[in-house]
Amino acid sequence: MFEFLWQPWPWYVSGPLIGLMVPLLLLIDGKQFGLSSNLRHICSMCVPNASPFFNYDWKKERWNLLVFAGILLGGAIAGLFLTPTVNLSAATLEDLKALGLQNLSGIGPQEIFSWEQVGSLRTLIFVVMGGFLVGFGSRYGDGCTSGHAIMGLSMMNWPSLIAIVGFFIGGLLVTHLLLPFLIAL
Amino acid sequence: MKQISFLLVGIYFGIVLSKADVISWFRIQEMFRFQSFHMYGIIGSAVLTGMLSIFLIKKLGIKTTSGKNIDLVYKKYHKGYLPGGILFGCGWALTGACPGPMMALIGNGFPIFIVAVFSAILGTFAYGMMKEKLPH
Repeated sequence: MFEFLWQPWPWYVSGPLIGLMVPLLLLIDGKQFGLSSNLRHICSMCVPNASPFFNYDWKKERWNLLVFAGILLGGAIAGLFLTPTVNLSAATLEDLKALGLQNLSGIGPQEIFSWEQVGSLRTLIFVVMGGFLVGFGSRYGDGCTSGHAIMGLSMMNWPSLIAIVGFFIGGLLVTHLLLPFLIAL
Repeated sequence: MKQISFLLVGIYFGIVLSKADVISWFRIQEMFRFQSFHMYGIIGSAVLTGMLSIFLIKKLGIKTTSGKNIDLVYKKYHKGYLPGGILFGCGWALTGACPGPMMALIGNGFPIFIVAVFSAILGTFAYGMMKEKLPH
C-alpha cells in the first residue's frame, strides 16, 4: 500500500503537492510563498549595516527562515527513508553522455557536484558561479521559482511572467551554448 | 505553535521536492532541452493548484487560522525583472537548483550544495551593495 512512497512521484502528484504551499502559508498566517528572500534575510542577520538594503528587522521574517531550514530536514528525511531516484528520458541521457558526462546515475552528476571536485575549475563554475548567479539574479529580478513561478502566477501577477521568461532565456543560453564548453573543462 | 507549523511546512516541501525529482540537475537539464513533460507538468499543475486555492480563499473569504484577513501583496515590475531573471536562469541551469532545492540537496547528502547556498548568499550580498548603481 505504501509502495508509492518509494517510487519517484509522477508530475500530477508532485505538482499539486508543491502548489499546496500557497494555501498552506496563507492559511497559517497570511504569508506568501517565496524562498529567495531568505538569502537577503541571512545577509540582514549577518551584516545589517553593510547596506540600507539589509538594514531591516529580519526577525519578522523568521517564519520564512524556518520554512527554508525545514526544507533541508525534509530533504534529509526523503534521502534517508524515501530513496529519491530519477527516471530520466533517453534523449537527455544521450545528450549528456555526448557532452562527456560518464556517471548519469543518482540525483546529479557526481563528477561535478562532489567534495572531491571542489577545487576544480569546472565545479567552481557550476557551484560557486552558479550559486552566485542564483542569489544575485533572484534579488535583482525580485524573486525565484517559488516567488515568481508558483506564487506570482497563482496570483496572476503578470510581471512575474517577465521574470520567468528571463529564467528560461538564461537557462536555455547556458544549456545550449555554454554547457558543451563548461563540461569539457 | 505557528513557528513549528512553518518548520513542518518546510519539511513537507523538502520531501515533496526530493520525491518530485525537482532537486535533480538531470531533470533541470531535461527541462531546458524540452525532452520531457515532467517539469512542465509539475510547474503547470502547481500553479493551477495555487490559483484555485487563491480563488477559493477570496471567493469564500477564508481567514488565517488566527482569524486574520488574507491580503495579497502584489510585486511591482521594475527594469531588473528581465536581466535579473536571465541571470537567475543561468545560475539555475548551472547548479540545477533554485534556493529551495539547494537546501533539499544538502539534506539529501550533497554537502557541496552548502557551497552553492553560501555563494547564493554572497550573490544577494553583492546585489545589495551595488543596488543603487543598477537600473530598476
